[in-house]
Formats: sequence, structure tokens, C-alpha cells
Amino acid sequence: MSAYQEFEHDVLVIGAGGAGLRAAIEAAAAGVNVGLVCKSLLGKAHTVMAEGGMAASMGNVDERDGWKTHFADTMRGGQYLNSWRMAELHAKESPERARELEKWGALFDRTPDGKILQRNFGGHKYPRLAHVGDRTGLEMIRTLQDHGIHQGIDVHMEVTVTRLLKDGERCVGAFGYDREQGRFRIFKAKAVVLATGGLGRAYLVTSNSWEGTGDGHSLAYHAGAEMRDMEFIQFHPTGMIWPPSVRGILVTEGVRGEGGILRNSKGERFMFEDIPPLYIDQTADNPEEGWRYVTGDRDARRPPELLTRDHVARKIVKEVQEGRGSPHGGAFLDISWIKEHIKDSEGHIKKKLPSMYHQFKELAGIDITKEPMEVGPTTHYAMGGVAVDADTQMTTTVPGLFAAGEVGGGLHGANRLGGNSLSDLVVFGQRAGEYAAKFAKDNPNYTVSEAEIEEAATEALAPLERGVTSVNPFQLQFELQTMMQNKVGIAREEEGLSEALGSIGEIAGQLADVGAGGNRWYNPGWHTALDLKHLLTVSEAIALSARERKESRGAHSRLDHLDKDKAWSTFNHVVRKGPDGEMIIERRDIPPIRQELQDILEEEG
Amino acid sequence: MKSATFKVWRGDQEGGDFETYDVDLEPGYVVLDAIHKIQAEQATDLACRWNCKAGKCGSCSAEVNGSPRLMCMTRVEDVAGDGPITVEPMRAFPVLKDLVTDVSWNYEVKASIQPVTPREPDFEDGSWEMQQYDVERPQEFRKCIECFLCQNVCHVLRDHQMHAEFAGPRHFVFAAQAEMNPIDVGDRVAQLRDDLGIGYCNITKCCTNVCPEGITITDNAIIPLKERVVDRSYDPIAKIARSVFGGADDD
Ligand SMILES: Cc1cc2nc3c(=O)[nH]c(=O)nc-3n(C[C@H](O)[C@H](O)[C@H](O)COP(=O)(O)OP(=O)(O)OC[C@H]3O[C@@H](n4cnc5c(N)ncnc54)[C@H](O)[C@@H]3O)c2cc1C
Ligand code: SF4
Ligand code: SF4
Ligand code: FES
Repeated sequence: MSAYQEFEHDVLVIGAGGAGLRAAIEAAAAGVNVGLVCKSLLGKAHTVMAEGGMAASMGNVDERDGWKTHFADTMRGGQYLNSWRMAELHAKESPERARELEKWGALFDRTPDGKILQRNFGGHKYPRLAHVGDRTGLEMIRTLQDHGIHQGIDVHMEVTVTRLLKDGERCVGAFGYDREQGRFRIFKAKAVVLATGGLGRAYLVTSNSWEGTGDGHSLAYHAGAEMRDMEFIQFHPTGMIWPPSVRGILVTEGVRGEGGILRNSKGERFMFEDIPPLYIDQTADNPEEGWRYVTGDRDARRPPELLTRDHVARKIVKEVQEGRGSPHGGAFLDISWIKEHIKDSEGHIKKKLPSMYHQFKELAGIDITKEPMEVGPTTHYAMGGVAVDADTQMTTTVPGLFAAGEVGGGLHGANRLGGNSLSDLVVFGQRAGEYAAKFAKDNPNYTVSEAEIEEAATEALAPLERGVTSVNPFQLQFELQTMMQNKVGIAREEEGLSEALGSIGEIAGQLADVGAGGNRWYNPGWHTALDLKHLLTVSEAIALSARERKESRGAHSRLDHLDKDKAWSTFNHVVRKGPDGEMIIERRDIPPIRQELQDILEEEG
Repeated sequence: MKSATFKVWRGDQEGGDFETYDVDLEPGYVVLDAIHKIQAEQATDLACRWNCKAGKCGSCSAEVNGSPRLMCMTRVEDVAGDGPITVEPMRAFPVLKDLVTDVSWNYEVKASIQPVTPREPDFEDGSWEMQQYDVERPQEFRKCIECFLCQNVCHVLRDHQMHAEFAGPRHFVFAAQAEMNPIDVGDRVAQLRDDLGIGYCNITKCCTNVCPEGITITDNAIIPLKERVVDRSYDPIAKIARSVFGGADDD
């Protein structure tokens, strides 16, 4: 028997980003005992890095905005593969969730009449993003953290969950280890909420931290849940590309929201070409109109730099492929040009984009108030995720298991609009917390299997027991990331995707030989070895779903099927674990949309 | 510069020593890149914390050539001299392993401070009217990324180990953001004086000098708080500060 510490909670929340914290707060408010587990220290989750803002149609800057427009924008951005019910709930509830943050201490930037200021972002018809300069995620996570620590939640910091525990179909807890000493921990729970964030680490160039290894996606999958829409990975158009050490670090879309423009090596503002038909009526056709839009002229249409991320990313790639890229293979993003229009442009940029200024100055030696930045696509966000019921966030197939935030699927369809994640976290975090608490109250009895715990312990210890072997965990991870970057990246085709699936199989074969030296104390080699299983699981799901979708839609682009195909607009892809452990992919028809919502889509154009 | 030699502290609670690693560099390398490279190629069990790699999360604090720094924002070329570059954990906190320290004390102190306590909302939808100039001061303090570098350099904690009596600059910044939140009706003055030990701060400004977020900890947070305390009770250092630094006006 392995030694382990045991904890019991009514609701166990795995993940302490915006979604997990919000879920924990809600569950605690319902009067149940809540445990919160996270891999890093509290307050360091991915959410802390979010920059541009949180979408909520409060209409503080433009009163024409409202939930209906937000709903329609989200659906259009997602190319109508979204769960329309989630898009509806999200649009209706995000204003309330934003305001509630102020009650807990958040201080957003203000409008002249003292309300929460809102900024423009790609795909949002009106200025909609509540923000604090370019550190909105910090504001959100700190607010939730500082409120959460007074709600009687038990926080288990620097603990990694490696497996979910089951009682028959139902999820009844989790197995993990503490990073500090490598001791095993068992969490028994009546309900479990996954809020583990994303999976950008499956790729080489990414804005995601070491935490983004798709743990929650994979934990849920191996426990019998379904993942949906996994082919849709958002490649954010503007990551840093030079010097190499910063490759992938995000440059917020807020730069374009504040008037930043994209140019190629010939100095051309190439975004004015190839505007997608869905957006042609909403997009400015000259620079002057675009500038009027970003400075608040309500009659102007948005500049093409603020088209959806999938489109902007592809346009940059096209410029590079056709020989008009920047020296290090990207495009130029210029905010300094606003000096033509604004007197103290330097002060203005530093005030609106302080952390971008700092980031470029320190890491690239570039003063963005004076010179353009070099940018290119970076793996950013997983639209796909664990399939859940829209109202309760409970997984479709595992009772007692909930998912919220980036790990959940459905809201964003084929492409997420910027700012719709931070709002997603609090809207669906709140719902997951509420319904998990309810589930826990309604289903008090369960048993945890000792055999399953033993199995989990053996699996977790294996890489360490092998000691140093010829297969180094970091090298294997690098191999997988490089392959995914090359074959399952922003431009895909059948052959490459099949090869990718082959490579994933090969790398998975090496998993049995991965070894880590050292002991159980804070050992990154060991931890990385354990993350590999998750990375492989999500990589397979992405490649398999991408191969299956023989069209280009939203973030998914196929070189061998360049066009969008109406026949592919009526269903989502779902993957689940088959009886022999193999990954099965299925089509799931999109349920017919409520008439009232259909009318909104038509009205809003 | 093609390569550099690093001396990295390796050890645990029982003790440890510097180990030497040669690292091939790529353009723009920061210290954290070098640590990661050592981890991937030479010592897979080398422990360090990091998350964002862009100065936003405050995880990667360490002492580089003896100075408190975020490793992800420290360019190797800026710290390379003639000898090797030393990297060691923050010294004001107990070491767990290698570059990782036990910072849990900070979380306990923060939980003891009264959080923002809002007055009744101004509007029916539960919101408040606040002007930009009302929020600007607390917004400075809310930039804090909890890297604890200020805690690491403050002599009251580092040299005098007064963790039981003194909350440290990070937590004065935290108290200040709550005190200056326009909708807050809480009162932390007695707590600042009696439990958080603000009187022990003698305004050396070492904390301000290391803050990677550029928060003017001493002038903007600590001195105004000391003044609030002084208004209710006598604090000699704050009195001097008021005459020497002029103090920030407080409301
Ligand atoms: C640089 C950057 C900028 C962004 N800017 C914006 C923006 O402006 N607007 C916007 O809407 N979105 C933005 N996003 C996206 C958004 O920040 C993320 O999608 C969102 O923060 C995810 O939140 P989350 O709560 O789902 O998970 P995260 O914040 O990623 O938190 C995941 C949590 O789960 C824990 N966890 C993971 N696996 C395990 C495990 N096995 N065991 C235990 N714990 C585990 C982690 O430790 C962590 O606590 C940005 C993203 C990045 C990277
Ligand atoms: S100014 Fe005060 S809090 Fe800051 S380092 Fe000096 S003594 Fe510590
Ligand atoms: S105040 Fe500055 S130095 Fe101190 S913890 Fe916050 S960010 Fe770090
Ligand atoms: S890794 Fe986030 S501050 Fe250095």
C-alpha cells in the first residue's frame, strides 16, 4: 500500500483560475464544504496573464449594445457551431458577473460618467470589454482570490491531480500528488468541478504556461466524458516572434483595439484585402474610417485589423508565405503611428498598454511608442473541451463531474472572440459551482475504490522508479510539440494529420520508458513525465478531429479543403474513449435553435 | 555572447551548495531560459517556479548575482560580467528545494487583513459611480503580482525575522488598495498598528527599489497608511517621514 493523505469535501474544484475560483466561491455560498486544488501557487493560474478585457454588454460606452448583440456576435464568431444555449446564457449573465467583481474589490477603468469603461475588440460590434489597462486577468484573479480566501474554502496549492476516481459511472474524487514533497493525496468528493484551463503546451509556439497541458480534458476523457470541437485551436495572430526566447508570448489584441495597425514588409496595410463575406458590411473600407471607429465614432465601421482572430492569423501567414513578411517571419504591428492623430501619443500608449510597453522594452529592446513590433501567430486557446450540459455544466456522460472555463467546450464554436473567455470563466464558473453544490447535497452517498487508488499510485510513481533512462521527459515533450506545430498547426492537410496520428502513437509507445532522476521532492522532470499522458491524449483528439473535418471553418484551416462547406455546419465532432481504450470520433447533430434566438440572429445580421 | 556559466544553488532544508552549469545561449535569453535549458538537458530535477514568462505572475523570483529579480525579466546579457552568473533562492523565506522557497506565510498574513468592504451600491443594478481619478491610486497597488521580492529585501523580515510582528511591504500595499478603494467602508487602522506592525517600517525604501511593477510602495502606500495611523496615535517615524518626504496627501 502506498502512503497517502486523505481529504474529504462535498465539492472538489480542480483548478484555481477564474473559473475554478468562481465555482468554489459559489459552492461555498451554497453552504457545502469546498476544496480547491491547483498546480501552482494561488493567484498564478493562466487567468493572471489575460490582458485585454472581459466581454459584457453593459452598454456603458455605447448604449445600443445589449445581450442580443453579444449573443449574435459570439455565434457569428463561432461560425454557428457554438452551443447556442451557452452563448445565450453567457451574453445574458456576463454583465451581472462583471459588476459583482466590483463588489469584491475589482477596480475597472472608468467612463467619464463614472461607470465601467469598455473597449473595442475583434468581432464585437460595440465597445464591450471591461478592462484595467492591459492587465485585466490580474484584476480578475486577484479579486476572486482575495474574496475566495474568506469563504471558508480549503485551498490545496501546488497539488497536481493525475486521475479522477469513480464509483460506477459517477465521479467521486481525485488522486494527486503535492509538488513540494511528492506525497500522494486522495480527495473524496460528492461532486467534482474541472476548471483546469487549456492545452497550448501541445504546441511549440504558445502563449500558455507550463500548466496548459490539457490535464482536465484528458482526466475527463479517461473517466468517460466526451470532448467536443477539438479541431478548433485558436492561433492568436499576434504573438512575439523575436528574439527566440520570447517566441509565442502574447501581444494583446488591445493594441489593435487602441488603433494598432498591421503592415507587411512593403509597408502595406494588407488587412484591407480579402475581407470575409460574413463581415464585409461591418468593416471599414479605408484607414480614415477605421481610425474614427477606434476613437469612438459610432457611425464608423471597425478597421479590418479587428476582424476575428482566425482570419487575421491566416492573413499574416499568407503575407509571410508570399514573401512580404517581416525579417523574422511575421508582420509589423504598429501603434506608434497614432502620433499622426494624437498629441501625447507616447503617454497615451503607456497609459493604455503599460505591460505591452514594458514587455517589449525589457524583452525585445523595442520602444512601442516609437517603432513597430514584429508579430506572428501563437497557439493560444482551446475552443474545444469537455462536453457539458449548457445550464448546469455537468458533463454529458459522467454524473457528478462538471467542467467550466477553458476546459469546457461549447460556448465558442469554431472560433472564440477575444474577451469572451474571461466572461466565460465567471458565468459558467458560477453555474458549475451552484449545480455541483446541488448535486453534492442530492447525492450524499458514494464509495471510493481502494484498487483504483493503488493503480493511480503505481502509475504516478513509475517514471521515478525507472530513474534516468534514455527517454528524457523534456525531450519527449519537445518532440511532440514540434510535431504538433508542424503538422496540426494553423494550416493542415490530410496527409500531415495522418502522419501526426502515427507520431502520436509512436511517442505514446515511448511513454513506458520515460524516466526521471532525483527524488520525490519538487521534481520537474518527474512532473513533466506525468503530464505527457495528458498532452498525448489532447494531441490525438485535436489531430483526429482535424482530420475528420474536411472543410475550413473558423480556426480550422485545411489546405486540401480551402472552403467552408455548408454540409459541415449542422454537427459537432465528439471524441470519447472506446471499450478497448481507443479514441472514437462521432458526429453529434446541433440541436435546433429556439425560434426567438434564430430571430435575433437574423435581426442582428 | 554564445554561452555563459551559471552557478545555481542546489539543495534543500538541510543545506546545499552552488553547482556550475555551462549553457549555450540564444539571442534574447533571459535567466529563466537558461534555468529551463539546464533543466531539460543537464538536471531534470532542478526545481524552480514559473508561469507566464512575461513578468505578469510573480512566480519566478530569485536572487541573481545577489540581487532580487524576476528571472523571466532578467536578460542574461544584462547580468553577465567576468565571472559566472549566480542564481539562488530568495533568502528571506525558508528554502524548499533549489530555487523554490516556502512563501506560505505571505498567504496567511494576507488572509488576516480585512478585505474590501463595500458600501451600499449607488445604482439599482448593484454598481457604483467611481471616477477614474478615484480609482487611480488603488489601481497602482492592484498591479502587485505577489512576487514577494519586496518582502525578500525588507530588513525587518530578512535580517530581523520579525514575521510574527510585521506584515511586510506587500501587505501594506494590499491594505492600501483596500483602504483607498472608493467604495470601501472598512477600517484597517488599528490592525495596521497593532497586528501588522506598520510602525516597524523605517522607510528605507528598499522595497520600492525592487518592485518589478514599479509600485511606489513607500511613498504612495506606506506613508499615507502611517499617516492614518498617526492621526489616531503617535508614530515617531511617520512624523519624521511627513516632514522629510512631504508625504502624499491622503484622500
Ligand atoms: C497571455 C494571455 C492573454 C489572454 N488574454 C485574454 C483576454 O484579454 N480576455 C479573455 O477573455 N481571455 C484572455 N485569455 C484567455 C484566458 O486568459 C484563459 O482562457 C482563461 O484565463 C482560462 O481560465 P481558466 O479558469 O479556465 O483556467 P486557468 O486560469 O488556466 O487555470 C487553470 C487552473 O487549473 C489548475 N490545474 C490544471 N491542471 C491541473 C491538475 N492536473 N491538477 C490540479 N490543478 C490543475 C492550474 O493550476 C490552474 O490553477 C488570455 C490568455 C493568455 C494566455
Ligand atoms: S521601506 Fe519599510 S517596508 Fe520597505 S523595505 Fe524599508 S522598512 Fe521594509
Ligand atoms: S509590491 Fe511589488 S515587489 Fe512587492 S510583491 Fe507586489 S509586485 Fe512584488
Ligand atoms: S514567470 Fe511570471 S513573472 Fe516570471
